[in-house]
Amino acid sequence: MKSLSRWEMEKLKREKLFILFLFLGLFLIAFVCITLGNMFYKQTEDFSGLIDAAKDPVVLKAIGISISMAMVSTLIAFLFGVPLAYLLARKDFPGKSIIEGIVDIPLMIPHIVAGIALYGVFMRYGVIGAPLKRLGIAITDAYPGIVIAMLFMSLPYLIDTAREGFKEVDPRLENVARSLGASHWRTFKEITFPLAFPSIFSGAILSWGRAISEFSAVLIIAYHPISAPILIYEKFTSFGLPASRPIAVLLISICLVIFIVLRIVGKRRRG
Amino acid sequence: MIKIKSVYKDWKDFCLKDINLEVKKGEYFVILGPTGAGKTLLLETIAGFYFPDSGEVWIDGHDVTNLPPERRRIGFIYQDYSLFPHLTVEENIEFGLKLRKSSDTNRKRMKEIMDWLSIVHLAHRYPGTLSGGEQQKVAIARAIAIEPSVLLLDEPLSALDLRTRDYLREELKRVKLELGITMVHVTHDQTEAMVLADRIAVMMRGQIMQAGTPYEIFNKPQNEEIADFVGVENILSGIVRNNKNGIAEIEVDMGYNIFAVSDYHAGTVKAFIRPEDIILSEKREESSARNVISAKIEEMSDMGPLTRVRMNNSLVALITKQSRESLGLRKGDEIYATFKATSVHVVR
Repeated sequence: MKSLSRWEMEKLKREKLFILFLFLGLFLIAFVCITLGNMFYKQTEDFSGLIDAAKDPVVLKAIGISISMAMVSTLIAFLFGVPLAYLLARKDFPGKSIIEGIVDIPLMIPHIVAGIALYGVFMRYGVIGAPLKRLGIAITDAYPGIVIAMLFMSLPYLIDTAREGFKEVDPRLENVARSLGASHWRTFKEITFPLAFPSIFSGAILSWGRAISEFSAVLIIAYHPISAPILIYEKFTSFGLPASRPIAVLLISICLVIFIVLRIVGKRRRG
Repeated sequence: MIKIKSVYKDWKDFCLKDINLEVKKGEYFVILGPTGAGKTLLLETIAGFYFPDSGEVWIDGHDVTNLPPERRRIGFIYQDYSLFPHLTVEENIEFGLKLRKSSDTNRKRMKEIMDWLSIVHLAHRYPGTLSGGEQQKVAIARAIAIEPSVLLLDEPLSALDLRTRDYLREELKRVKLELGITMVHVTHDQTEAMVLADRIAVMMRGQIMQAGTPYEIFNKPQNEEIADFVGVENILSGIVRNNKNGIAEIEVDMGYNIFAVSDYHAGTVKAFIRPEDIILSEKREESSARNVISAKIEEMSDMGPLTRVRMNNSLVALITKQSRESLGLRKGDEIYATFKATSVHVVR
């Protein structure tokens, strides 16, 4: 092996701290990679199991429900969360930190607790569930229930990321746009929003990912229609790893593909 | 024309106090003050980015105090140019135009402005790829495209290198002269104020301290603080001993007497003399100047074209490199400092 030149040695010495930190960080990276890599690797030994899962209409429906309901949840979080994020980024008002705290509550509480709380409100006799029931809208054990559980658990990701994105847009750009004759709304639409869009987009992806993976809260409020994490759990408890793993691998693969495509599309939009 | 009447605005950690200003139509008005004086906040209040707690802002005979910025017809230019980074140069300039006129008129107008500022070749570039000077030209183009009645400039030249600054200063003059736009320009730079301003207001701690022509501001500052800020390096404390025909004889702290054009007959005063108004010579020269004071050179600092000479009687003179060389001045030399009685501005 060629020994390192003196110059290269010096360079390594200068970068000592970074090298140390790299090794520390690699523990976590390895942790993630080994866990997922092992699952994918084991699945290759049972490739036909994966094919069977991919052909099973129950599996496909469950994955479809998870992905589409997560999109609906993210869309709702976007519609209501982006305006709130802008407000939090730009204005100081009494009670602002309380609102910011409330936004982050879902990050703190156990998902099962959130599930129970949501069930209490949206069940047939709940404060919101009961009037909706009278209008003929069922929340529990229905699609809206899945969306509500997902929304509750994933909204902080979108709001927090979007708020940071808005903060990075220099308010002076908005001032100039206003002075050029643009209304506040037009300034938001043409200057602020496009400039904060990369952050909002990342936040939406995080929120979407979090929504797909929600299990406990969905379990309580809407076991049926069965979504992917619940199906995986059901298969695991009834038939063990070989029955549940192919669905898991399938779900992750589909999500990764969507995730990568979205990233690329997002980059394009940014020019 | 801009009229600001008793404007007061509190931001908790800073406030604008009783601001009264009048800027005439087509005037180049400079607000001069140290960092943290509230110059930018005042400009932003004129623009409508902030609304005063009390007082009024009038533009072109209309009370705009409660109008949003988009309805004030003002152009605003920031120190860091604030170009929209996601739009090309052309789109930046078109931004304000798009909101007003048909696209044909816009095209024509945009072409004219870009020609006028020689930035046609930058049309399709993004702001991030431009130099500071280029960015500021685009910012100017964008602001004047909407034909504002007033152009507000917040330290527009401060972030630029010296050469670009000189060049853009001329461009700003051209905007004023050829387009006749009323300009309000905020800066901490005296030279900039002196070169550009028709009139100047000195601002400190959220208040307007003095407003007047550049001559008045630089030669007749109303108090020691303003004098110090506008580069009056000789601020002498003294007592008026007598006054003959409007010429006061003042005994200054350092133990010599000076003559000044003043109405004061007695009492303690401050006397201001600009360093460039003091002439140095080796011999006592016959001249009409009333003040000839002998001194010894304590320190000389080279400032490029000028040399600052500090004397043992605490007087400071600015002389040209050429006169320093012809006099052959050195530290320790005995010399005479000569200045006119009219060059001394006296305040209580």
